[in-house]
Amino acid sequence: MGWEIDPILVALVLVNLLLLGASRLAACVRLVAVQGVLLGVLALLVQVGWSPWRAVLLAGGSILLKGIVFPRLMWKALRGAEIRREMEPYVGYTLSVLLGLGMLGLTVWVGGRLTLPVPAASHLLVPVALFTTLTGLFLIVARKKAITQVLGYLVLENGIVTFGIALSHEAPLSVELGVLLDVFVAVLVMGIIIHNIREDFDHIDADRLVSLKD
Amino acid sequence: MMPSAVGMLVGLVLAPLLLGVVNRVKAVFAGRRGQPLLQPYRDIGRLLRKGAVYSPTTTWVFRAGPVVGVAAGVVGLALLPLGGCRALVVFSGDFMLLIYLLGTARFFVVLAALDTGSAFEGMGASREVAFSALAEPALLLAMAALVRATGMRSLSDAMGKVWSDVWLPSMPVAVLVAAALAVVLLAENARIPFDDPNTHLELTMIHEVMVLDHSGPDFGLVLYGSALKGWIFAGLLAGVLVPLRTGSPWLNAGAAVVGIFAVAVGVGVVESSMARLRLVRVPQLLVGAGVMAALAVLLVR
Repeated sequence: MGWEIDPILVALVLVNLLLLGASRLAACVRLVAVQGVLLGVLALLVQVGWSPWRAVLLAGGSILLKGIVFPRLMWKALRGAEIRREMEPYVGYTLSVLLGLGMLGLTVWVGGRLTLPVPAASHLLVPVALFTTLTGLFLIVARKKAITQVLGYLVLENGIVTFGIALSHEAPLSVELGVLLDVFVAVLVMGIIIHNIREDFDHIDADRLVSLKD
Repeated sequence: MMPSAVGMLVGLVLAPLLLGVVNRVKAVFAGRRGQPLLQPYRDIGRLLRKGAVYSPTTTWVFRAGPVVGVAAGVVGLALLPLGGCRALVVFSGDFMLLIYLLGTARFFVVLAALDTGSAFEGMGASREVAFSALAEPALLLAMAALVRATGMRSLSDAMGKVWSDVWLPSMPVAVLVAAALAVVLLAENARIPFDDPNTHLELTMIHEVMVLDHSGPDFGLVLYGSALKGWIFAGLLAGVLVPLRTGSPWLNAGAAVVGIFAVAVGVGVVESSMARLRLVRVPQLLVGAGVMAALAVLLVR
């Protein structure tokens, strides 16, 4: 089992590290889309043995939403906002990648001593899930543009889903589909908020919203 | 013993040919016929027959640079396993010596450049050192991943088990190590995404600018030394990428030599199809290589 999903898990890690180092927002959107597709394939490979139909349904929904619908929405928001890249993040790109490596080391260490109720499909699954979650969190904290923060939220959610994949034959189908729907609504709402911020203030720098007092 | 000695000799003889192959591939891509494959040998021979000119500001350090470069390359070849064929000298931890031999050679080239007192050479030296400070951890970590995955402490033993202990149980580790080694190879040998070997503007050179003041036999030695360095890096990469490990050392070494020339063709293709990176992007790519190597270390169970 392990050897066939390991390449996908490593690809997930590489996508995370690229996200930490990418300054072009269009590239970030594309990377998050790639991550969504990878996640769908991962879910398919892990779960297909347990219940094929369920796996295909979940993987298909995940790929459709995260690989196509979300990037489209982000794409639209990006074009509306007319910005190409995150200019001055709180933490520089090279440093972000190095911090990412530190986080990866930490999650590998933590993942090694975490005991799961059921054995995971690969010893990498838990560290990668935690690392993806941390990457999303880091993107939300360390970047200024609202779009990057939404992308961070999506990455965070991807991490949680990865963790769920490790244990997912325990969770009922309705819960998983519900989570997918929740994320969809959240991204939609955030897209609208980004649109409104831009309409009112001509920029989408979240840090400058502090000086809004009237 | 026999195949190892022959392997080292093959390296000593064929190293400049690697440069010829890269140049030929670039010529084919550009639609030219290109220089003869043996042109690097002719260049070196011609330079060795010439006399050298030394600036009065230079000292013995300037003359030591090229000699140390070639000496480090020759000793490095003795430590380099050709694929599954063991190196001439094998001991526990020899990969560290190999890495530091390359570091010593670079140190002396940089010293020789600074010894001339030229502003251009100082700039080139500063860039070379800045980039290699980032490339060296990547190389070290890539080696560490190999050593950790195979459980062998010498380069020859580790390379001998690349297929059974790295590719088969964890393919991602092997791919990451190969990718990191490839990036380091391009950076250390001043190939295109990092440095353009054909550039004619001193301001944009990195490696070439450091050897501008060397002439005649000294410059010939510089060329030969960098060819040996290229052979060592290509040998490391080919050792990982061509994991053919049969019982016969001759067959292993032959496959590795074919792999080394395949790497040279790859370098030529990269050079023909890519533009040089902006100087500020170079450290990011090198850090990326280091991160890939570190990831490989972490992935090893």
